[in-house]
Amino acid sequence: MKKLIVPILCILGAIGFVASVYLVFFNAPLEYAIDKDTGRLVGTSLFFNQKIYFFHVPHAILLFVAVFVAGISSIMYLWKHDLAWDDIAAGTVDISVAFGAAVLATGSIWAKAAWDVWWQWEPRLTMSLLLWLILVGYALVRKFAGPSADRVAAGMAIFGMVGVPFIYTMVGHDSHPASGLNGVVATQGAAMRPAFWMSFATFTCWFTALVITRVQGTRAEREVRELRERALDLGVIE
Amino acid sequence: MLRHALRIAWKDLRIEVRSKEIFMTVAFFGALLVVIYSFAFQDKSAIRAAVPGMLWVALAFTGTISLGRAFDRERENDTMRALLLAPVPRLSVFIGKAIAMGLLNLGVAVIIVPLLALWLNAPLFAYPLELAGIVIAGSFGIAIVGSVFAATLLKARSRDVLLPVVLYPILLPLFVAGTKCTAALVAVNPDLDIAHYWMDFVGIYDAAFLVLSLWVFESLVIE
Amino acid sequence: MGRLDRVLVEKVAKRYGTERALAGVSLELVRGTMCALLGHNGAGKTTLLGVVSTLVRPNTGSVTYRSGEVKLKGEAVRREIGLLAHASLCYGELSAIENLELVAGLYGITASVTAVLDQVGLEPRARERAARTYSRGMLQRLALARALLTKPSLLLLDEPFTGLDRGGALTLGEQLGGLKADGTIVVVVTHDLEAIAGRTDHVAILKRGKLVCEERSDLSYSYDQLKDLYHRNAA
Repeated sequence: MKKLIVPILCILGAIGFVASVYLVFFNAPLEYAIDKDTGRLVGTSLFFNQKIYFFHVPHAILLFVAVFVAGISSIMYLWKHDLAWDDIAAGTVDISVAFGAAVLATGSIWAKAAWDVWWQWEPRLTMSLLLWLILVGYALVRKFAGPSADRVAAGMAIFGMVGVPFIYTMVGHDSHPASGLNGVVATQGAAMRPAFWMSFATFTCWFTALVITRVQGTRAEREVRELRERALDLGVIE
Repeated sequence: MLRHALRIAWKDLRIEVRSKEIFMTVAFFGALLVVIYSFAFQDKSAIRAAVPGMLWVALAFTGTISLGRAFDRERENDTMRALLLAPVPRLSVFIGKAIAMGLLNLGVAVIIVPLLALWLNAPLFAYPLELAGIVIAGSFGIAIVGSVFAATLLKARSRDVLLPVVLYPILLPLFVAGTKCTAALVAVNPDLDIAHYWMDFVGIYDAAFLVLSLWVFESLVIE
Repeated sequence: MGRLDRVLVEKVAKRYGTERALAGVSLELVRGTMCALLGHNGAGKTTLLGVVSTLVRPNTGSVTYRSGEVKLKGEAVRREIGLLAHASLCYGELSAIENLELVAGLYGITASVTAVLDQVGLEPRARERAARTYSRGMLQRLALARALLTKPSLLLLDEPFTGLDRGGALTLGEQLGGLKADGTIVVVVTHDLEAIAGRTDHVAILKRGKLVCEERSDLSYSYDQLKDLYHRNAA
């Protein structure tokens, strides 16, 4: 079963991707609004550019989840001293740094299309950036801190996770589409839902598949190293 | 435990008072920052709005440098090892260090704040109590989180640059809250409600991270 | 306070990132003996010392500290451990007396610190000066005073003879012999076989993290015996 999980996730992801593309481009309605009085298009209609939403929001949610997974795995690692937890934290962060870069890039594209600026210091983007910075910091520490890297990184993940509610409160709510219960996700039209959830499911599959592959890679490296050491001890190799 | 923590804090303070090394160099560095800021903004009216940010950037930089230097001292003769070896709760090492660093940060702030007010004509002292509150809370917040990581990084490579790399993302909410609070105090129409909101924010932040630090300190610092 | 009689190291392994520092090391330390921990640089000696001193947490395995029938843990164990390394473990800005008073406060010692300073021979005029003004020899004496002040039952020494002249090394060797006779467990990591010859009765040699040789003797090991053991095993 373990061996199959990555291929299964990949296949699901691939199917989901095709389905998402279909749903996003052919099923979900174009977003626009007609002003009742004048019969003309309302200025904030996004049309085709709104499709980015289906790529952008799932990534942003996953970024948020990634910080928590890294934080909780790090707590488990410090508690149980089992390297498996450390692998999960490190693997999740590695993949999330790439995904995070994707969020910020797609967010920029959307912003340019919608508001004609490449970046804005508004809540959602700021929050994504800050979460991403925590993850990048973790990755840098892991790479450059030397032998104690695992502990420092674990500390950063935990402290970063605890900081998330504070970051959330601090960024406030401004021009970005609303979040939470009144948020865009919850109130999106029923017509948007299939496309959105399919897209979300697809990216979750991709993300999980990548993380699992990364963790497996780390474990394989470790096993090879240990075998090599045993061989050296036994004098089988020089 | 508190007794030992105070003993350790007192030791740090005594060393610092004697040599004044960190205090003088870092306070001077802070003053230089203020000078640089004043030249960074050519538009004089923009300066006033930027003062809150300048204050907290200065506190961020000076705080990190002080931490780095103070913990470097513990590396010089391997005294951190000696402290961790002592038959005292290891948390008292953390608490002692955090107290000493908080007071050191506060000392540096006492130099920087008046300089900012003087050279940039900012009415920082309009509400001294609130300002004192937020600066104290900020200084100790930096000390608490900073002591955990400075101690953990003691034996790491690249620790000089990694300390800010680790600290700044985590301390960002504290810096932003400090800036917003200070901004509310020096604004043309000061808003004490907002200032108090951000003071509460930093208070909760400090409490949350203090508890977290007490919880994980030993796991992070012992190899 | 319980004095340590035995320290049992059981199958201790430690990795640092990708490096294996110790692999399944088991060892027993007994009161009134001096154990020489030998090996090339990087063999894991300092790590093993770190594990025994509770400063390094092993990935697997355990260390048990016994005082009679009682197993000691945590602060009670640390109370009994003394460390002498090539770093002085003292604060340069404080004087000898202040450094020792700090240690006394942390270890709960009420006895006067001047006695131990007399014992190591640190001249009275220097005691009030900041430790950073001391010569190497004086620093060594301060470090030794610091280790002796707490009257540890387990004394760990990490390359204590480095930087000492022949006379200094001999004196330190004698003091260690005296402590051993008093029942202290002494563990020395060193490359200076001459200094510990004639006093060591337990030899443990590490190679790439593994214990490749362990021997005890009722008579102490001579310099030639130590040299021979080292060359046969550590290489």
